[in-house]
Formats: sequence, C-alpha cells, structure tokens
Amino acid sequence: MTSIELRSVSRWYGNVVAVNDVTMSIGPGVTGLLGPNGAGKSTIMHMIAGFLPPSRGELTIGSKASWRDPSVYRQVGLVPERDSVYAFLTGEQFVLSTAKLHELPDPAAAAARAIALLDMADAADRKIATYSKGMRQRIKVAAALVHDPEVLLLDEPFNGMDPRQRLHMMDLLDKLGTEGRTILFSSHILEEVERLSGTIQVVVAGRLAASGDFRAIRRLMTSRPHVFTVRSSDDRLLAGVLIGGTTAGRPAVTAVELTRAGLQVRTSDYGAFCRDIAVLTRDHGIRLREVLSADESLESVFAYLVAD
Amino acid sequence: MFNTTVAWITLRATLSRRRALLFALPAMILILLTVALRASRAPMRPWPSHVLGTFGFSVLIPLTALIIGTSVLGAEIDDGSIVHLLATPVRRSAVVMTKFIVATGLTMVFAAVPELIAALISGGGSIPGQGAAGLVAIDTGKFAVGLFVGALACSVIYNAVFVMISAATTRAIAVGLLYVLVWEVLLSNFVSGVKLLSVSHYGLGIANGLASDPVLEAGLGVLTSVVMGAIVTVVALALAMNLLSSFTLKGEPA
Repeated sequence: MTSIELRSVSRWYGNVVAVNDVTMSIGPGVTGLLGPNGAGKSTIMHMIAGFLPPSRGELTIGSKASWRDPSVYRQVGLVPERDSVYAFLTGEQFVLSTAKLHELPDPAAAAARAIALLDMADAADRKIATYSKGMRQRIKVAAALVHDPEVLLLDEPFNGMDPRQRLHMMDLLDKLGTEGRTILFSSHILEEVERLSGTIQVVVAGRLAASGDFRAIRRLMTSRPHVFTVRSSDDRLLAGVLIGGTTAGRPAVTAVELTRAGLQVRTSDYGAFCRDIAVLTRDHGIRLREVLSADESLESVFAYLVAD
Repeated sequence: MFNTTVAWITLRATLSRRRALLFALPAMILILLTVALRASRAPMRPWPSHVLGTFGFSVLIPLTALIIGTSVLGAEIDDGSIVHLLATPVRRSAVVMTKFIVATGLTMVFAAVPELIAALISGGGSIPGQGAAGLVAIDTGKFAVGLFVGALACSVIYNAVFVMISAATTRAIAVGLLYVLVWEVLLSNFVSGVKLLSVSHYGLGIANGLASDPVLEAGLGVLTSVVMGAIVTVVALALAMNLLSSFTLKGEPA
C-alpha cells in the first residue's frame, strides 16, 4: 500500500502561480485528477513524478520525496503525456529495455507479461514508428507497468484512444486499482472518468476545487438545482403532488416540466428530494417507474466548479 | 557508471536520426582536402600542419563532436523521450557517463580516425622551406600519431562539454555552434589568453608534444593541456550530472 501525499504544495514560475497550496492524499485505487487545460494538472503530475520540485510544501510517494531520487521509480510507473517514444525501436524492444533499466531479474518475462496485459502482443515486433496514437499510448503503459509498480501515474492517458481502446484501458486501470495499487491519472475528458473512478481531485486555476467521491461532491453543491427525470404510473398527478403538495412533506422542488419522456423535476436539495418522492408517491398511490438523476455527470460537477 | 541498455538505446537513437549523415561530413571534407593538396604538390609545404592542425582541431573535431555530443542527450531532451529513461532507477550520473562514452566513441570514429587517415595521406609535417628557419621535416608516422592522440583527447573533452551544454539548455546546437565559432575558432586563435581555456588548444598541445611541430602553433605545453583538459572534462561531466538530476518537465502550455 503506497500512497501519494501532497501537503500545502505550491509551484510558481516567476510571478505565475501554477499550483496554489494543494493538499491531497491519494491512496490505493483509481483516482482521477481533473480540470480544464491550464489548471495545473500537468504541473501536479510532474511534481508527483519527480520531474519538478515544488516551490513550497511537501510531496511524498510512500513517505519518500520523489524529487532528485530516481530510486522512487522502483515503485512508480510513469506514463508521460508527450507522445514521444523511441520510435526506432519495436514495441517489444522498448518494453524489454525498460525492464532492463529497472534491473528486473527476468526482463524478458516481465516484458512479455506487460505486453500481454496491454493486448499488444500482435504488434510487439513492429517498430513503434508504425503505431497508431492509441497503440503508442498502450505501449507506453506497458513499459510503465513492466516492473509491476505500486503506483502508476498516467498523464492524460485517454488522449488519442478510440472508444474500444479506452474501455480496455479503463478496465485495466480499474483492475489494477482493485489489486491495491495507487493509480492516478489526469484528464480533461470527464465522461471517461465518471465511468472509471469514484474518487476525483478537481483542480481549477491551480487550486484544489473539490476532492473525494464525485457523487458526494455533487450532492454538497446544494445551491445549484439538480435535475431528475421521473417516470411514473401517473406523471400528471405526480407533477401536481410535487409542486403543490402538502407543505410538510413537500420536497424542495423548484420546477416541474411534463415531457414525453417523463417529468423533468428541478430540486435544490438532492437528499430531501430522494427521500420525499418515495413517501409522496406511496401516499398518493403513484407507482414510480424510473428516477434518473439527469445531470449527475462529471460535466455538470465540473462546469459548476469552473463557473464559480 | 556505464549502463549497457542506455548505451544501446543511445547508439540506436543517434545512428537512426537523419542527423547521423552529418557526422561524416567534416571528416569527408578534411580527407578530400588533404588528397587534393597532396595531389597538387603544393609548394608551401607546411600545409599538412595547417590543414590538419588548424582546420582539423578547430573545425573538424569540434563540429563533429558538436553534432554527436548534442545528439546523444539533447535530441532526446528535445523530443521528450528522455523521460522514459529518467523514470527508471538508473542513476542520472550513469545516464550522463554512458551517453558521454557513446558520444566520445562515435566522435573518435568520425573525427579522430579521419584525422589519422588524413595525416597518413598528407605525407608528414612541416618541412624546411627555403630559408624558413627552424623547420624540419617530421615523418609521417610521428606526425600522424601526434595528431591522432591529440584528436582522441579532443574527442573526450569536447563531448564532455557538449553533453553538459545539452543538459543545460534546450538550444544545445545553437549554443554549441556559437561556442565553437566564437570561442574556439575566433578568440582562441587571436587572443592568446583564451588558449588556456580552449579545448582545441589542449588537443594541439598534446599533438605537438608527440609530433614536435611548431607549425601546429600549439600555444600550450603538453602538461598544461593534459591537466586543463582533464579538469574541463571532469567539471563539465559533474555539471551535466547535476543538471540532469534536476531535469524538469515543463508545465502544460497554458
């Protein structure tokens, strides 16, 4: 169990503050580091990966500072964002030489295992120069995993991947995470993350804007209306109940719209609505068919945070 | 301090770049020039010392070393592929040493050996022209060995400098070229004090120590050259190791 700890980490370039007093703890499992471009994700990634010293604060991987200590890479695998690999090598040569650089006891076996894990065995004897962007991304991940690291850092790993490759990669990251590894990836593509991880660290303008389970974060933002799509045995009746019902049990509904797909309900209190709708429908003999949180996507979490 | 995997990747990378074709260019020019002069039976006999000394040591060797020395590390830093090498437990000092050794070996092949070949073709060093006082003929073997050893020494020192420059700046080729043209070619040949800090003059000093050819215009003695060359090499490599240990990735372009 190796975790990544950032304590009051800041990083500035001259007068420009790229990362501002960020404290976070990233434990085993998959964590997404999210934010728009220029928010400081890469800067945080580079600092964690030991390729940038923090201007202030403390940063450790498994209680070791990563800056100027290449021995941390024994337990850390890094997939850099830049699409630069040794294009003149074959995929296998690249992964195998990485295994040798890690001084593994059986580099050939380790390389074969990593290549198989990434589903790259068929293309392994081709030069990387002939690979598609997605394949290059996967061979980079294979190289980063060749020494079976406790911590895997991936900078924008889904860039350039087609949907099938993305799914494969997400499954792989989930699997590695459930094995107890600490997986941290950065992304500005939010829909992927939603499917992938429960834990997120949202960075906006160099600051940690939110942290934790993304649904929990969403629920905390009660000032912004949540939208639910509700289908029931009697949508009209339900609409009346929701909007004009008894003051005592009425959930914090601000608007109801009757559409062909069902009721679009806006509420300002996620938790209260979820509790109350069950009680109200039971009391009025309405059968609920579907209650869908329409904007429970990361995009809405993110848009909200960025807009603020 | 030497990592065979790093050496293998470096060699593959350096030789697979199109820039590799340039390695042999200065050497080709030197050899062709020597052959042409030899065939034309130039009357001003000390030409081998001028061509192989001045052109060889302040143009051929530094330029070849520049192309190779910035290629082994600078090119990888430029395109970012160095990260794959640095994100491993391999000590940064071993990365620097290995790349320096590979570059030095390549420079010896592409600059020092051609210098030896050209010296053998030239037919020997300075010779007494009519009334040119103090000049004696230097036989081909002695002349060639002197220049070869000097060129080997130059290959070592120059590559230490260029590997260091590669670690220090992303504009290694421009900075290196400026250094060669302004410092080594211009200043060191016209401002006598600069010789003490000129890699080419260390090489000439060592060559002259073996060939005893005054036309080489070695401004430094052998001992000074060897000691200064060693100091420059060690300091440059130590700097390069320290710089690479603090290698940073630039943040995302905002």
